[in-house]
Amino acid sequence: MATLVELGAGKKDVALAALRATLRRLEGPGRAAAGVAPTGFAAIDRVLPDGGLARGALHEIVGEGADRAAACGFVIRLLLGLAARGPVLWCLADPELYGPGLARLGLAPDRLILARTRKDMDLLWAMEEGLKTPGLAAVLGEPYKLDLTASRRLQLAAESVGGLGLVLRQPDGGKATAAVTRWRVASAPSAAPVPGAETPRDFGLMRGRWRVSLERCRGATPTGDGYGSWLVEEHDATRVVAVAAELGDRSGASAPAIRQAG
Amino acid sequence: MHRRQRSGKPADEPLPLVTVADIAGRRVLAAVDPAAALLGLAPGMSLADARARLPELRLVDADPAGDAKALAAFSDWCGRFTPWTSVDGTDGVWLDITGCVPLVESETALALDLVARAAGLGFTARAAVADTPGAAWAVARYAAMPASGVRILAGHQTRAALAPLPVAGLRLPAEIVQDLKRLGLKQIGDLYGMARAPLAPRFGEAVARRLDQALGLLEEPISPRQPVVPRLVRRVLAEPISTPEAIGIGLEQLMALLCRQLEEEGLGVRQLEFACFRVDGRVERIAIGTSRPSHAPGHLGRLLAEKICEIAPGFGIELLQLRALAVEPLAAQQLGLDAKETDGTVAPLVDRLANRLGARNVLRLVPENSHLPEQAARAVSVLDGRHDAKRSQDWPVDRPRPIRLLAIPDPIEVMAPVPDDPPLMFRWRRVPHRVRRAEGPERIALEWWREQKIGESGAGTDGIRDYYRVEDEAGRRFWLYRRGLYRPETPPAWFLHGFFA
Repeated sequence: MATLVELGAGKKDVALAALRATLRRLEGPGRAAAGVAPTGFAAIDRVLPDGGLARGALHEIVGEGADRAAACGFVIRLLLGLAARGPVLWCLADPELYGPGLARLGLAPDRLILARTRKDMDLLWAMEEGLKTPGLAAVLGEPYKLDLTASRRLQLAAESVGGLGLVLRQPDGGKATAAVTRWRVASAPSAAPVPGAETPRDFGLMRGRWRVSLERCRGATPTGDGYGSWLVEEHDATRVVAVAAELGDRSGASAPAIRQAG
Repeated sequence: MHRRQRSGKPADEPLPLVTVADIAGRRVLAAVDPAAALLGLAPGMSLADARARLPELRLVDADPAGDAKALAAFSDWCGRFTPWTSVDGTDGVWLDITGCVPLVESETALALDLVARAAGLGFTARAAVADTPGAAWAVARYAAMPASGVRILAGHQTRAALAPLPVAGLRLPAEIVQDLKRLGLKQIGDLYGMARAPLAPRFGEAVARRLDQALGLLEEPISPRQPVVPRLVRRVLAEPISTPEAIGIGLEQLMALLCRQLEEEGLGVRQLEFACFRVDGRVERIAIGTSRPSHAPGHLGRLLAEKICEIAPGFGIELLQLRALAVEPLAAQQLGLDAKETDGTVAPLVDRLANRLGARNVLRLVPENSHLPEQAARAVSVLDGRHDAKRSQDWPVDRPRPIRLLAIPDPIEVMAPVPDDPPLMFRWRRVPHRVRRAEGPERIALEWWREQKIGESGAGTDGIRDYYRVEDEAGRRFWLYRRGLYRPETPPAWFLHGFFA
């Protein structure tokens, strides 16, 4: 710590990054080399300690109520930037994922390998096998329940070869887990075309919106009740996603950060 | 070379043993042990006759189903001598030992070994080795046997050896045998000099055919109980083993051997079977399949190793056998995913998943040429190579489609102001949703030539669906549709079909 004080302000960031890298090496053998998967939302990436979702780690995404589609949509947009790295293993009980819908969002459905499992035990096993396999872009799972022990196993498996583990969870399946980050994703009402004015019902659908909150993040400093909460809006029905600037963007981004994905 | 062998019942009890079956209301002997046979009893004799000759008998009810099962198991067990074995009728097993002799010293040694081992399992066996299945069959059943229970017929002996045997040795139906006897043709030799022409109208061509088959003038294939496998390695164990670790080590050695063989031939295995022959004669088998041909011992070994716990070793395993049931040239088949990624690690992962979850549970999505939303995409097994041609460019992206689609649309209750409008409110799984925005309709007509699965599929306008994308107050987006055209007399049926995100 003493060395840090002696350094100039400009070098502080460098020193911090070096310390973080050291910490990561201590945390697990696979993580140091694993790198980072940017979420694609610049405002969100700024809050994350590594500038993105850490590979070699498990991340959980919690849907709200019966609204699994919103969390699912968020995950698919995360995958857009990742799928170039390799196939994605998706473990789920019911393969109701719809190819044409995924294709329209820009995710080629043939990047996915679906593992249909009836029991959580099999699902967690499949995820673990996937996380131990180099060459996959990400491993997704939708278990009914996830406890600390199971998540710890997944986290260790992810660390072993630097896999990226994503768990889509029901909100009531919620015990403490060993995941590095926890996200809560819910749909949000779309904006009116003219601010303040109520538009007629049959005017058509506006851009879809989601409320994305980072509830837990190892290695970051919480502000207020969490680590950040963003209103995310689709920019175009297909490919582009932006962080809406006006609400809850605690990172202080003034202009909407736009990413071309896919 | 063919070999015929006959199995009886365990014969170590002092009292003569017979099994009894009910045939047409009579109690009839189904099988007799050697002690009973020596005293003049024979299968087919009525129980009353047998009792009259021999009051002291042990009776067991005949169990044809159990016998058939035991015989099938015995036939599998014979797989230790040759991969080509087949059950014959109710009391015999064929073994095609062509080319197997180099593995043992001689045909005699092989046959003696078989009879001795069968005796160890409690079976009285008679074995004959001959040039044709027919000759082996006749000799095993009707020829005088030496004490060893083994008779080997060299090629030139066949004709002479068959001559004194009864015509029943030709595997003919009982009524033909009776007719032949009535004509005074009692021994196979009696038929040698007969002209074929007069026999045919009376007996059909069966007699001539069977005779020619026995003498080797006509080819006769044996249908094997297990399909013939070209690639097989086996290992006889000096000591029976029973622990999973020991089985695992044996498997590893066999796998290295087989994979080396496959590598030299440039082949990979698609299906693999590991068989453990137990000391009690049962055979335990486990099998795996792979997504693409492989000859990597580590990968294949891992797939099988996961199933070793399914092997019940019983009192021990004395022989291990590994065989490739299906092989293909390497890299002949491509997985639907890009080849460069699947080469290294992903294909083995898929195999492991398929091995544990079942091949039909490891899926990928393929586009289908259909307007019907639920039929426009299908999840097919990754191991199913028939869909490789369909690639991502075949996916339609011109219209908004949900990311999750219910396989069977859920009926919902709706409140719609005007028949042709999207609903104001709908209730799905008892939760009400107020519709804030809606877009549509998109009319999708069911393909009339397809079988309609949803609702009462009648003809006409019921095959039409009007789809709406709606957003509720919380911002959740759903895909709803109304079935059929509006008709004043019937309330329209609404369904929820998918979820947007």
